[in-house]
Amino acid sequence: MLDEKNLQKPLEEREDIIVVKDLNKWYGKLHVLKDVDVNVKQGEVVVILGPSGSGKSTFIRTINALEEFQKGEIIVDEINLSHDVSNIDAIRKETGMVFQQFNLFPHMTILKNITLAPIWVRKWKREKAEKVAMELLERVGIPEQAHKYPGQLSGGQQQRVAIARALAMQPRIMLFDEPTSALDPEMIKEVLDVMKTLAKSGMTMLVVTHEMNFAREVADRIILFDEGEIIEQGTPEELFDNPKHERTKLFLSQIL
Amino acid sequence: MSDQMNVKLPQKRAETPPPKTSVGVIGWLKENLFSSWLNAILTLIIAIIVYFILKSALTWVFISAEWAVIANELRFLLVGRYPEEQVWRIWTLLLFFHALLGLSWGFGKGVMNSIAFTIGGLLFVSMLLPFIELSSRLWIIANLVTLLSFFYIGHKFPKVKKITYIGWFLSFPFVIFFINGLGILPNVSTNLWGGFMLNILLAVVAILCSFPLGILLALGRRSDLPVIKYFCIIYIEVIRGIPLITVLFMAKFMLPLFTGGIEVDEVVGAMVALTMFSAAYMAENVRGGLQSLPRGQFEASQALGLNSTYMMIFIILPQALKAVIPAIVGQYIAIFKDTTLVLIIGLLDILEIGLSVIAKPEYIGLDMEVLVFGAVVFFIFCYLMAHVSRRLEKSLSVGNR
Repeated sequence: MLDEKNLQKPLEEREDIIVVKDLNKWYGKLHVLKDVDVNVKQGEVVVILGPSGSGKSTFIRTINALEEFQKGEIIVDEINLSHDVSNIDAIRKETGMVFQQFNLFPHMTILKNITLAPIWVRKWKREKAEKVAMELLERVGIPEQAHKYPGQLSGGQQQRVAIARALAMQPRIMLFDEPTSALDPEMIKEVLDVMKTLAKSGMTMLVVTHEMNFAREVADRIILFDEGEIIEQGTPEELFDNPKHERTKLFLSQIL
Repeated sequence: MSDQMNVKLPQKRAETPPPKTSVGVIGWLKENLFSSWLNAILTLIIAIIVYFILKSALTWVFISAEWAVIANELRFLLVGRYPEEQVWRIWTLLLFFHALLGLSWGFGKGVMNSIAFTIGGLLFVSMLLPFIELSSRLWIIANLVTLLSFFYIGHKFPKVKKITYIGWFLSFPFVIFFINGLGILPNVSTNLWGGFMLNILLAVVAILCSFPLGILLALGRRSDLPVIKYFCIIYIEVIRGIPLITVLFMAKFMLPLFTGGIEVDEVVGAMVALTMFSAAYMAENVRGGLQSLPRGQFEASQALGLNSTYMMIFIILPQALKAVIPAIVGQYIAIFKDTTLVLIIGLLDILEIGLSVIAKPEYIGLDMEVLVFGAVVFFIFCYLMAHVSRRLEKSLSVGNR
């Protein structure tokens, strides 16, 4: 197991928490992920960029087994996803996921949304789960909404609840699948602020996003996907200020 | 800026009264019924038709119909050939039911409130009916008192919740044994069960049993295991493809083939047939609900590490079932009315008994009275179900946009 001491070291010397080797995925005949190799260090914040349809969402969804893959190897926190299907549950306990459409459970209060998985999957006592949930709501800035239903909250608030819900399982890795793409512009900042705080606290994060300022400010590394392949990767400075690949330049020129 | 300042605000308009014709009763009539010549003519024609229908219907109900037949045969219609000296058992069961209902009403809210009110109202109205026997009237009053006093108990001591749930849970086997005789009371075999009581019993069994069965079939139909999946598909499609009457016949004549020649009780056979039939439709309703859920709900549950059982129980089924309450209740109403088809395999339900009453020489020509009575009884219960379903939808829609 990877330990807290690891986080004291500089990024280069830390252990890998996610190892993806030679990952390939097909939808029928469509080859959506081609020989993807990615290693992520503990506490690293990786932002994944790329045009739509480039396979970046599919890639992070294979990491917690929401998508199957046909060839290659994924090892998350020393659990090998490719060897045994029963490992899926173990990996999902270690990874939290935040979706574009929030996907809160509309028939439950905010508090129930957050405490459900800790109580039934982690087998915590209700009191403990509720205490942790309230602390998390405090952290994302909306403790007063605990007894409302998701439908009564704004989009930004719902997404912050979704982050709290994922964190309640105390994951070692957080996956963000375009967390701000469905939000009104004035609500994007409140969600990004929560994510920034989370990144600073040492959480390992994989973020698929179109928020370039967030990528520049927070990412340790940026990976650029196109047509199912990794085109280029590097620090924000390397990638934004000195792109090497033609397709990177093209992509950046279209969005910046 | 100065341009804007120069713009003259419109002078306050002189207040005019609303056009006279659009207010008041006459205005309403003019606007909605006589707005043009064509509408006026249509209104008159429909008024004449409604007048004649109402006149003949009311004349029949209050003057020419001979309701004595219902009064004389009431017990027969309601409980069939159940022995008269044992009818107290059914009344006692009703007391038991009203006690449970009263308790649930006491600590529950919303839906229970309207159910209890409707049933209490029914009891009150039937207590006032002119033609019932004194003993029945006393039993009804006892039931009403039970309902109200247990409401008080449930209201004062919310701790009885657990006992009440156990009571509801055990009520079903209790009812069956009590009607049958428990081995302690004199045995009343199922061929003496009849009347509206039989319809209710069959419907309750079919509804209660087909609910979990239908959910399992719907989930099975989505299963990844081909054996389960195709078994469920074939079951659902076969049952939906044949009429209920056929299923009832098969239950009567073919069930003994599967049980190795052991005689299957006819009432039990009918219960099995109705349950199997209802479950297939229930399964399709539930499947509709499952399909109405966005994929994100499944993915979010999986990403949180919930296994498929927890996912179904906590996330998927509550939302899927809520989405199809109207369809489910519609199907329950249908199966309740379909219980009258058991006359085809020789059971004496309310319709069969009604027909035998009509056939008696002393009641010749009184077909309408008996059939209208049956229709009214069914209407009351079906309307109650529809009403409860509406209340249920309302109380479950908390937190929706």
